[in-house]
Amino acid sequence: MKDQDLYNYILGIADNSLILGQRLGELCGHGPNLETDIALTNIALDLFGQTRSYYQYAAKIAGDGRTEDDIAMLRNERDYKNVLLVEQPNTHFGHVIARQFLFDVYHLQLMNALQHSEDEMLVAIARKGVKEVSYHKRFSGDWLKRLGDGTDESKQKIQEAIDHFWPYTDELFDMSDSDKKMAEQGIGVDLTALKDEYYKQISEVLEEATLTIPDNPYSKRGGKQGIHTEHMGYILTELQYMQRTYPNMTW
Amino acid sequence: MKKDWPLWEVFVRSKNGLEHRHFGSLHAADAEMALENARDVYTRRNEGVSIWVVESKYITASNPADNGEFFEPAQDKIYRHPTFYDLPDEVKHM
Repeated sequence: MKDQDLYNYILGIADNSLILGQRLGELCGHGPNLETDIALTNIALDLFGQTRSYYQYAAKIAGDGRTEDDIAMLRNERDYKNVLLVEQPNTHFGHVIARQFLFDVYHLQLMNALQHSEDEMLVAIARKGVKEVSYHKRFSGDWLKRLGDGTDESKQKIQEAIDHFWPYTDELFDMSDSDKKMAEQGIGVDLTALKDEYYKQISEVLEEATLTIPDNPYSKRGGKQGIHTEHMGYILTELQYMQRTYPNMTW
Repeated sequence: MKKDWPLWEVFVRSKNGLEHRHFGSLHAADAEMALENARDVYTRRNEGVSIWVVESKYITASNPADNGEFFEPAQDKIYRHPTFYDLPDEVKHM
């Protein structure tokens, strides 16, 4: 493939949205209440919409007859390059909000930076995505503050969730070889440059939420190399069920 | 959780120039959450350009039992409708 690095780069971004969207989709009909259920599945649909644009573009670049669906549904676990954070289970509402917020802050930074890409298609996708992701961050950030500054129980649960996901945040800023090449060419984003601002923004909201900023130097990584946690296989089993059981089925 | 959340009434302006109309109600713990919930529940199919929310308890409603004294006296006052005037042709939007 001529543009293998661009292809890899696009999938690296798209897989995060796909897997997080799938996680949020699990809440459809199971949200804590009707309003939150709709809000979270709305976010899932925003993410799936974004992944469609990425995968369509990736399919065009691959040029080997595969469609967006093939790329989204028919890869093996090792070929998905999403970060470990987005594949972590929903567990309870505090986990859903903490995982979402820790991703949204990064995601918005990425969308903002990607609007300055040399690649017109990525600019167009980022321009559309930035409004959606701004709202995601507003939603998860407001909830984080509400739970942190809420009751003793909500505070304890959201703090536990933040502490739990904290080691997964460092991986967001890892750069694969393709990431580095794309950044050098002005197509991709230099993720390392986003890191300080990320932790600054997170810390501000955690303080406002009267929560403690975790002081845990340990980090967990691997997803970006295709080395996933034990949860990933179960996600893919559900995600890929229809295409594996009824190959080539369409809506 | 939900039993503790108050009820809010949602008003949405569907287009600039039109008035806000009552769209429905929802539960939320605070005004900001009510606004976001309204956005997600009532405007996700492009229904609006502006949202108002107000806690339902702040709305004072007429009692259906009072409908007789409230509304029926107006029913036979047909002279309050402007139907007894000849409208000049120049007046177009009446």
